Amino acid sequence: MTAAAAQTPAGDLPKPRPHPAGVRATARLRATHNGRATTLPLLHSDGPFHLRRLRPRGERARVCVLGAMSAPLGGDRLALDITAEAHTRLEVTTSAATIALRGSTTDPATYDVRLTVGEHASLNWLPQPLISARGSTLHQTYEVDLAKTSRLLLREEQLLGRTAEPSGHLSTRLTVRRDGRPVLDQHTVYGAPAPAWDGPAVLGGHRATGQLLLVAPEPVPLPEPVLLGEPERGHCVLAPLAEGTALLATAVAPTPTRLRDLLDTALAHVSDAATSPSR
Amino acid sequence: MSRTALLLLADGRFPAGGHAHSGGMEAAVASGSVHDTAGLEAFCRGRLHTAGLTAAGLAAAAATGHDPLALDEAADTRTPAPALRRVARRLGRQLMRAARATWPSTELDHLAHHRPQGAHQPVVLGVTARAAGLTPLDAAHAAAYDSVGGPATAAVRLLSLDPFEATAVLARLAEECDTVAGAAARAAERVAVEGVTVLPAASAPLLDITGEQHAARPVRLFAS
Repeated sequence: MTAAAAQTPAGDLPKPRPHPAGVRATARLRATHNGRATTLPLLHSDGPFHLRRLRPRGERARVCVLGAMSAPLGGDRLALDITAEAHTRLEVTTSAATIALRGSTTDPATYDVRLTVGEHASLNWLPQPLISARGSTLHQTYEVDLAKTSRLLLREEQLLGRTAEPSGHLSTRLTVRRDGRPVLDQHTVYGAPAPAWDGPAVLGGHRATGQLLLVAPEPVPLPEPVLLGEPERGHCVLAPLAEGTALLATAVAPTPTRLRDLLDTALAHVSDAATSPSR
Repeated sequence: MSRTALLLLADGRFPAGGHAHSGGMEAAVASGSVHDTAGLEAFCRGRLHTAGLTAAGLAAAAATGHDPLALDEAADTRTPAPALRRVARRLGRQLMRAARATWPSTELDHLAHHRPQGAHQPVVLGVTARAAGLTPLDAAHAAAYDSVGGPATAAVRLLSLDPFEATAVLARLAEECDTVAGAAARAAERVAVEGVTVLPAASAPLLDITGEQHAARPVRLFAS
């Protein structure tokens, strides 16, 4: 393994120049509360992101991100900017898995998701998995900014390679801030040339990995970390972050179905903890 | 700067309690994912480029004189598993005790005063390096090496591996340790101006998952 193969610290993330053929697109979504209900004054589709309103579920407005073209491909620079303003209830999903493909160039693609949640607002970001296909390189970032009284439920799932193909290269930087202070700061790098990414310290031969994050305004009681699964069939830990009002589930699994099972079970525990009488 | 001070700080015999920890190796052995020298090498390489890089960045930043309390908070946000946060603080407290006796300094006293239960070990390591007159790059080297030295020593005990082979694994990783330390020290140079977010936050899902599983195990040889 050479020096160039080492994981770069976040600050050194290469800033790829967009390939001439690459798509530059920023889709924007903003939810506001009009005193009675959550409304969606801004639904700006762009490039591969087509934003569509779904039927609300109770008080919660819902939006689905449909893939309007194959993306991200090498050289693309994509961004998705979602703001749930004060007092809103919003859920955003995607219609299908996002597949990072090599495209016509080996240049990296970038995909930046910015989630901003206002006071007393609640955002669920529950996309379908991201698949890192053979030969692709994707640098993904999540920047999450919460207010003191925001609630966030975030799930992200990553599949490293489609069936029986080697993984592409996928780097993901996740930064969650609450009231301006960092809550979670994470950087994962999978797929060659990342060193030992499939070794026993990182993914241990599993090809599916994911996380479920809950940040609540009040402490979420979870007396003990929840341990799920087993090494061969996939396993998961749900535990509080240092910031006591946040719970994180981290899972690795051999298949996407098994991964979703683990995260769904973790979610059931999270819901129990969040609704049980606290303190 | 004294090169001997760095050797002393990075020496496994430095009385900082590291020998009681396997850096996730015991859990990896228990789950069957490490059973030979090749597995040891893959484990150490993965740990070096994730937890090792993150620790090296924190240590180097602390050695620049950056606010250790801010770095301790940055370590918390980079350590999602509560079991690993507890371990990092316990190791930090033990290192602090040895460091204050070895290289007395007001900066060590200040950190000990504000974190009586222990600061994260890499932060204490960085402040210690500073007290010993070492550079941020030295601190990063010590942290990077520590991230693989512990698991390799533990693997010898857990698997009865040939100690010569385990040492050869560390020798093969030397160049990558240097690379990681260099990247960490470069990031640390930017902390004063750009804040702690520029520090590496590399993470490894399995270290977090198995770290928590290991802590829940009633019988174990190593504390982590």
